[in-house]
Amino acid sequence: MLDKNVSLSLKGCAQGVLMCVPVLPGVIALGAVFGTVAAQKGLTFLETVLMNSLVFAGASQFVAMEIYNEPLNWGILIAMVGVTGAVNMRMLLIGASLRPWLGPVPGYQTYPALFFLTDLNWLLALSQYNKGMRDWGIYLGSGVFVWAVWSVSVIPGYFAGSLISDPKTFGLDVVLPAFFAALLVPLWKGKRQTVSWLVAGGVATVTWLLVGGYWSIFTGAIAGAIAGAYLDD
Amino acid sequence: MIDGAFSADSMFLFVVLGMTAVTYALRAGGYWVMGRVPITPKMRRGLEALPGAIIVSTILPIILQGGLAVGLCLIVAAAAQIRLKKEYIAVFFAAAAAAGLRVVGL
Repeated sequence: MLDKNVSLSLKGCAQGVLMCVPVLPGVIALGAVFGTVAAQKGLTFLETVLMNSLVFAGASQFVAMEIYNEPLNWGILIAMVGVTGAVNMRMLLIGASLRPWLGPVPGYQTYPALFFLTDLNWLLALSQYNKGMRDWGIYLGSGVFVWAVWSVSVIPGYFAGSLISDPKTFGLDVVLPAFFAALLVPLWKGKRQTVSWLVAGGVATVTWLLVGGYWSIFTGAIAGAIAGAYLDD
Repeated sequence: MIDGAFSADSMFLFVVLGMTAVTYALRAGGYWVMGRVPITPKMRRGLEALPGAIIVSTILPIILQGGLAVGLCLIVAAAAQIRLKKEYIAVFFAAAAAAGLRVVGL
C-alpha cells in the first residue's frame, strides 16, 4: 500500500521553492509585522530572532506576544507555551495526513524535516502528491525556503516598524488565506468532499462562535475527517 | 545599544524553548502516531478527507473575523483558480480585490 518510489532530488526542492513564490509577499509582510510587534513589546533583537526562527509558527507567535509581559514569571511562561500548543494543535493533523506521503522515507530524514512543517509546504506537497509527484523535495525545499524568508523578514520589521504599518492597505493580509482557498479547489472530487467540507465548516463555525480562537481549526478538521471516513462513494 | 540588542533574558529563553518544544512535538507527533497505528480503509478515507477539512476550518474563521471584504476576496481567489488553474494569479487577484475594497471602505 505504501508507495516505495518516494525520492528526494534538488530538482524537487527547486520546484518547491518556485511554488512558494506567489505567497512570499504574505509571508514577508507577516514576518515584518511580527518584528514590529516584538520591538514594541520590548524584546531585544536576539530574543525576537530566536523566537521567530525556532518556533516558526506565525499565528502562535502573535498570540503568545499578546500574553508576554515584563517581568516574565513562570505563570506567563506556562500561559505562552500553553497558548502556543493550542494554536498549533492543527499541526498534529497536518503531520498525520503526510504519513502516506512521507512514510517510505527513513526517519532520520523525516523527523528533522518535520521542523519545517507549516500549513504552506504541507499544502503544496499534498496538492502535488495528488497530481502524482513522488519527490519529497517539494516539501523540504518549500519548507526550508519559507523558513529562511520568514527568518529574514522579521529584521526590517524590527528596526523600521513603520515600513509596513498596515498590510491591509495592500491586501497582503488575504494572500495566505487566498492561497489556501485556491489550493482547496483541486481537492474537490465529488459528494464525499462536499459533505465532509460542510461538516467541517459547520463544526468550525459553531466552535468559533462558542469559544473563538483557534480551536475551530482542530474540531472542524476532525469532524470533517470523520465524516469523510464514514462516507462511501 | 548593540550589547542590548544581542542580549536575551534567561527566562525568555525558557519561553522560547518551551514554545519550540511544544510546536515540534505537534509537528512530529501526528506523523509519528500514524506510523504506529494500522491504517484501515476507513482511516485512510479519513486521512484523505483531512486536508480539505483542515483548509475549510482554517479559512472559515478568517472570513467570520474579516467580514464581507475578506469573504469576497476568497471567492475571487477560488473563482480565479477554477477558471485559470494558476495559484499565483488567484492570489494576485485576491490581494488586488482586497486593496480595492479597502479603498472604497469595505
